[in-house]
Formats: sequence, C-alpha cells, structure tokens
Amino acid sequence: MRARFRFLRTGSGAIGASIVTFVVLVAIFGPYVAPHDPTAPVGLPLSGPSSHALLGTDFLGRDVLSRVLYGGRSVIGFALAATLLAYAVGLTIGLVAGYTRSLVDPVLMRAVDVMLAFPPLLFLLVLIAGAGTGIAVLVVGVAAIQAPGISRIVRTATLEVSTRGYVEAGIARGERAFAVIGREVLPNILAPVLVDAGLRFTYSILIIASVNFLGLGLQPPNSDWALMISENRTYIQLNAWSVLVPAAMIGMLTIGINLTGDAIARSLGRSYVPRTMRSVAG
Amino acid sequence: MSTGSGAPVIRVDDLSIHLQTGEPVVEGVTFDVAAGEIVGLVGESGSGKTTTALSLLGYTRPGVVVRGGTVEVGGESVLHRDGRALRNLRGKTVSYVPQDPGGALNPSMRVGAAILDVLRAHRAGARSDESVRSALERVELGSDPGFAHRYPHQLSGGQQQRVTIAMACVCDPPVAVLDEPTTGLDVLTQDRILAELRRLRDEDGMAMVYVTHDLAVVAQMADRIVVMYAGRIVENGPADEVIERPRHPYTRGLVEAIPDFRHPRALRGIAGVSVGVGDWPDGCAFAPRCAHQQLRCHEALPELEETVPGHHVRCTRWMELDLHESGRGGGRERRAAATEAPLLDVAGLEARYRSQRSGRPAVDTVSFAVPPGRCVALVGESGSGKTTIGRCIAGLHVPAAGTISFDGLPIAGAARKRPLEVRRRIQIVFQNPFESLNPRQRVRSAIVRPLRVLRKLSRAEADREVGELLERVKLPARLGDRFPVELSGGERQRVAIARALAARPDLLICDEVTSALDVSVQAAVLELLQELQRDLHLSMLFITHNLGVVACVADTVLVMDQGSLCETGPVADVLATPTHEYTRRLLAAAPCLPDAAL
Repeated sequence: MRARFRFLRTGSGAIGASIVTFVVLVAIFGPYVAPHDPTAPVGLPLSGPSSHALLGTDFLGRDVLSRVLYGGRSVIGFALAATLLAYAVGLTIGLVAGYTRSLVDPVLMRAVDVMLAFPPLLFLLVLIAGAGTGIAVLVVGVAAIQAPGISRIVRTATLEVSTRGYVEAGIARGERAFAVIGREVLPNILAPVLVDAGLRFTYSILIIASVNFLGLGLQPPNSDWALMISENRTYIQLNAWSVLVPAAMIGMLTIGINLTGDAIARSLGRSYVPRTMRSVAG
Repeated sequence: MSTGSGAPVIRVDDLSIHLQTGEPVVEGVTFDVAAGEIVGLVGESGSGKTTTALSLLGYTRPGVVVRGGTVEVGGESVLHRDGRALRNLRGKTVSYVPQDPGGALNPSMRVGAAILDVLRAHRAGARSDESVRSALERVELGSDPGFAHRYPHQLSGGQQQRVTIAMACVCDPPVAVLDEPTTGLDVLTQDRILAELRRLRDEDGMAMVYVTHDLAVVAQMADRIVVMYAGRIVENGPADEVIERPRHPYTRGLVEAIPDFRHPRALRGIAGVSVGVGDWPDGCAFAPRCAHQQLRCHEALPELEETVPGHHVRCTRWMELDLHESGRGGGRERRAAATEAPLLDVAGLEARYRSQRSGRPAVDTVSFAVPPGRCVALVGESGSGKTTIGRCIAGLHVPAAGTISFDGLPIAGAARKRPLEVRRRIQIVFQNPFESLNPRQRVRSAIVRPLRVLRKLSRAEADREVGELLERVKLPARLGDRFPVELSGGERQRVAIARALAARPDLLICDEVTSALDVSVQAAVLELLQELQRDLHLSMLFITHNLGVVACVADTVLVMDQGSLCETGPVADVLATPTHEYTRRLLAAAPCLPDAAL
C-alpha cells in the first residue's frame, strides 16, 4: 500500500474512513435512489414506517427516507466550502506570521486575538442579522470564525519548523520565501494541520447545523439534515425516525472525520521516528 | 583515585535484555560495582549501555524485556519487582541523573519542591527546609537562600544538572546511575559537574555508574571502565589500564578517536558503522570493523578472558596483538602563516537579537579574517555568540553594524540580497544532524536542490552529480533514495556536508557539526572535513566548544567570551601558551586522556 494510505491499516483509520465514505456516498448518490420527491407529501403526516415510506413521514407528510437521502449535500457541501475558505485565509496568515517573525507577526496575531474574542455563534448571528440569510453569508461567516484559530495553530507549528537547518539552508541559498515555505515548511507542519482540519470540518458541520436548526441558514422546504431535526423535533414521540436518522448521519460524519484525521496524523507522525533503533554512527 | 573496597553494592550477573520481538539488546553482561567506586560504562549509541544502566533501576524501556540474569543493588534483586517495591528502591537505594536536565525537571515545580518530592516519597515527616538546604549545599547551590524558590527555566544548564544531582542524593542512596550527565554542557560547566560528582563520591562513598560515549570524561572520573559493543562487554578493567593499555581493538579505536589539544594528531574514526540491534553477526560483533580481524574472529564469539587480574577482554587475539604500538597518527603539519589576501574579512561585526534592543549585543565588534584554504576555529562557551557570527556570515542573521567582505568585496547582510555567486561560494553545515535535513524529502532531493538553485544545473545533470557527492562524503550512492529517518546521526551529517559541497563552495561554515555525535563518529567526520579541505582547497570557519577538535583541524583559533574575541592566534601558540585568563580556564577544564595513553 502506498505510504499515503498507510493510515487505513490502523483500526481507527479504517473505521473512520468507512464511516465517512458511507455518509458521503449517501449524500452524493442519495438523490438518485430516493423513492419519492423530498418536498411532496406522500401520505399522512407523522405516520410510522411502512412499505410505502420505509422511515415513515414527517410533520408535513413527506417521506423521511427521501429527505434524508437528499439532505446531506447541503450540510457537507457548505461545511467543506467554509472549511476550505477558512484554511485558505488561516494558513496564509499563519505561515506568513510564523515564517517572517517580523513586525507582521505581532500585528496579525493581535488581529487574530480580537477575532477569537467573539463568541462564534453570536458573531454568526450578528452577521446574518446584518447581511441577511443566505448560503454565501453562512459560508463566509463560518470561515471567518474558523480562520483565526487555524492561523494560530499554523503559526506555532511554523515557528518551530522555521529554525530547523533545512529551512535555514534554503534561506541561505537565497530562495524565495514562497519556495522555502512550500518545500521545507509546509510538508513538515502537515501532521498537526491535518488533525486540526478534521476537527475544524466537524465544527463547521455542527455550527452550520446549529444555524440551520435555528432557522437562520437554509430555509424550508429544502431538505437538510439539521433542518429536519429542527422541524420534526416537537413530534419526536410520533415518528422518532424523522429526528433520529438525520441526527445519526451528522453524528456519524463527525465521528468518522475525527477518527480519520487522527489516523492520518499518526501515520504522518510516524515517519519522523526511526523504524528500527539505529545506531548513531557512520 | 581511591578504589572501592568491601562487598559490591551492585552485582549484575549474566544480564540479558531483548526486544519483545526477540532481538537481543544486551547479552550476558556481568559486572560488579563496589561501594564508593565509579564505574564508567562506555560505548557508542546502540551498544546497550543505557539499557544496562537503566536496568539497575529496575526499569526497561517500553518494548524491551529482561530475558535472563540477575541485577542486585544493595543486596536486593531489582528485576521483576512490583511498582511499589520499585518505588521504594528508586531514590533511596539507587538514584538516577538524566542526560537532559532541562527535560527531566518539571517546569511547573520550584527547585525546592522538586527535591522535597523525592524526600517525602521515602521519609515521611522529613524536616523540609532543612533537608532542601542541605541537599542544595551538597551541590554548592546553597549560597543563595532564594534558590529553592526558583523554577527550572530560571537556571542555567549547569545549575539544572546540579539540581538533578541534588535530587539524586537527597536520600543518601548508596548507588547513583548517571546517564551522560554532562553531554550538552560546555567544558567549563562540565568540569564543575565532574568535580562535584567526585566530591560526592569521596565524602559520601556513593557508588556511581557513569554512562558515556566519551572516554576522555571517564578517564578523569572512573576507577573502572566497562566497554560495551553490540550489547556485550568487550573490555572491563581498571580505568588507567583500559585507557593506557587497551586490549580490545575497539577500545583502542575509541581512545584514538579522542581529539586532544595537547597532542594534536590526525584523528582516526573507527571504520564502518556500529551494528544495530538485530544485525549482530556471528562471532565477534566488532570483527567486520576490526583492522586485526581473522577468519576465526567471524566464526565463534570470543569469551571474556582475564588478561591480568581484574582486567577482562573479549578478543580471541588479545595475546598476539600489541595495540599500543599500532599505527599512531603523527602530529599535523603546521602550515606557514597565510600571506594571500583573506577570502573572508569580518570587520567590527556587531549583532543583536531582536529581543535585545539595548544592552550588550550578542556579538560585540568582532574582527577577523579567514585566508584561502585555511581553517579558522571559533571557540567559546554556549552563549558566547560564536554561532551568531557564523549565521551572520551565512546571511541568516543581519548584523547591526560592521562589514563582512568576501573575496575583497563587502556583501549584504541578508542572503536574499547577495548575488548568486556569493551565495554559492559560502555554505554552512548546521549543528544538529537530526534537524538539518527535511524529514519529508529523500536524501537525493536535499542534495539536488543546491545544484539546481545555485549552480543552475538541469535536472538530469543534477541527478548524475548526487552519486558523486555522496561518494565524496564516503556514503554509498544508494543512500540517495533513503529518507533522513533511515540514517544514523553520522550519516545525516555527511549528507548535510554533501549538500553544502554540492554548491562547490570556497568557504564552509561548520557550526558545531560534531557536537551531537559520538566520539568515534566525530573522529570520522573530522577526518572527512580535513580531507575535503585539503583536496578542494576549502576555507573553513569551524565553530566549536571542543578544544581538542580545534587542535586537530584548525590553523588559527579565535577564542570568544561573552560576545567579543579575547584571544586570537595560531592554534599551536594559543593552546600551548594561552595569554588570556579565559583561554586558560577553558584549557584547564578540557577533558584529556592521561599522557601514558598517547
């Protein structure tokens, strides 16, 4: 197996990756196999599972299974977009601050401190109150919440790596900062960054789900796992599946991503440690 | 030195320690230590010396198990004991002084509290203030009453190590295990710590097992020396016997690898690479590297035989070999003073750290020159500013004042602002071989980079030259496809040298390049650098704290103290007749072998 897939050989890596693959496959291919239109009523509201609707119907009589199959794309897509955007910003700030160690560093870091001082959900709600509900607002808002923390972690890792001989050798060769960062610094801060990325992604999912749940993100009649929980939670005694299944999907996704991230980081970390106890000689 | 008497306090008998996977790490080790005796446990990394020493505390590292034999300390067996019994034993009967005191002291605990912790574990209701004070007094830290309230980060490396020694002594254990306690400390501090340990032995009769790779240090300390190679004892005898009349070719090799400032000579590393765990050959493990090997050496494992009473050696040929006469390297030829214009000229250099806006700069108006083809050594304690000078010249630290001229022309402070040709001609090799290569790149890409960037070779040309460069530093070309983690410290440092040579430099800055290496490996790397200097007509700025190394490689020496040069001159003159007080102190503290060994 190629080195980059080595993490799959660990128990948590294999389990995590299978869970994530399952949930992502459901999100991607669900709409093609869904038995019903997710927005059209197919029977009496809140009826239990039957051969017609395998997971029963929701409070408007729509098929729960179909809505689950349709409802993953938005959660995963928005969270992914927000996390990538957050990384584009946070990674840049962190690398620049950590690598230059000039005046840029304190300036950037104090700005980051200010951002970190806001309670994240409150920040997002204020943003939505000002800019209105919308997908772009949601994604940018979540990215803005995540970026400062990312830049902190990246900066710390960069500071440590930047004093190593291989980085200094690059600087002494007169290479451009961009080249030194790309070749010497970035590959060596990947382990902490990947673990962090997993956590950030799950956090993005949760915060987007929270906002959708509050009704400030995606609007009905869209099918979305978080929205489903929000809509059906008062009727949980009548058809529990309409809440439990979407909740389980979000839960599985978060757990799976965390297991995978940990396993990848551990397999990356291992290449820093000699495989056998070798002697210092030669 | 007084030798111990009476019943042994440590008795190790036929100790075998294996990896859980079955490979032996330590095999059939037997030795005794008498009360008040200091035994030096010597060997290269991977020889099993630390594993043996830790077993005296009843400890084995994870993944390692004791397979056989007994270890008795103070009459009690320490192996296969439960946690409670071990806790009683450690600190009270046998204590441990670690290699890295900075990592061993709890950063959130004040010094006094840390010492008290050890005491309370063994003596309930001990008089706290009194005991802490007396423990600190024993290691000469008692003069400042506030000392016990300091945190480890407020102490120097030497003070930290003395605190760990105080912790090791506070319960008056009859035995202490010292794991390279002075590695990483500069000579002056090392000298003070060694004196401290000798005093503790003399006053309290504490037996010590001193683990090190440096024979010059144990020559000053130990009553007896046990030399280990590939998990077995190869020589065991009185210290002066072992140093002056080594019977095993390996011990002889270790002695010859020690650079000595009083007798500069061509250094000779031990050929080959030390065998790793799991790779032990049949027969004598040292045979593949031995200059005196014969067929029978490879056939059967030699027994540990007694040569004279108390001196054992594991070599089939000990009776025929006269190692003392064999191939002593002659003294170095002294080169005439340089008359050519200097390649590097540093004038009035001043450098500051960013955190240090005012006050004394790290480097204070330093001026010197490096003539073409010569080696200039820059010597000083840690913190004297010697590394900062090297970094200024390499373009990694922008000086606050002064000029650096290369080949007659002043050059910019930052590497980015220097012309390509200057960047190519000045190369630097860093101190820590474990951090100087990118762990994510193969050796090949590390060497290709300067070829591409500084010499503008095409990818194919660069690829071809990698093999040549690896050969130049005496590494097999196949190493090019390895990652740094797969290399030993010495191999990594050679790759770092090859990376510097790839640029075809005229000036090579060597920043403590051997300080992280075993003595025998250091000798081999120095040998290589000297050869390269001669063959390629390299100029070198050699930064080190080891005066023995200076005597072996340098033409001129610059002694630094607190940021400024305090003495400069030809190596032979400065080392023979030092004029500055500080140089004298450095020389007095440098560990040396007794004259009879040379």
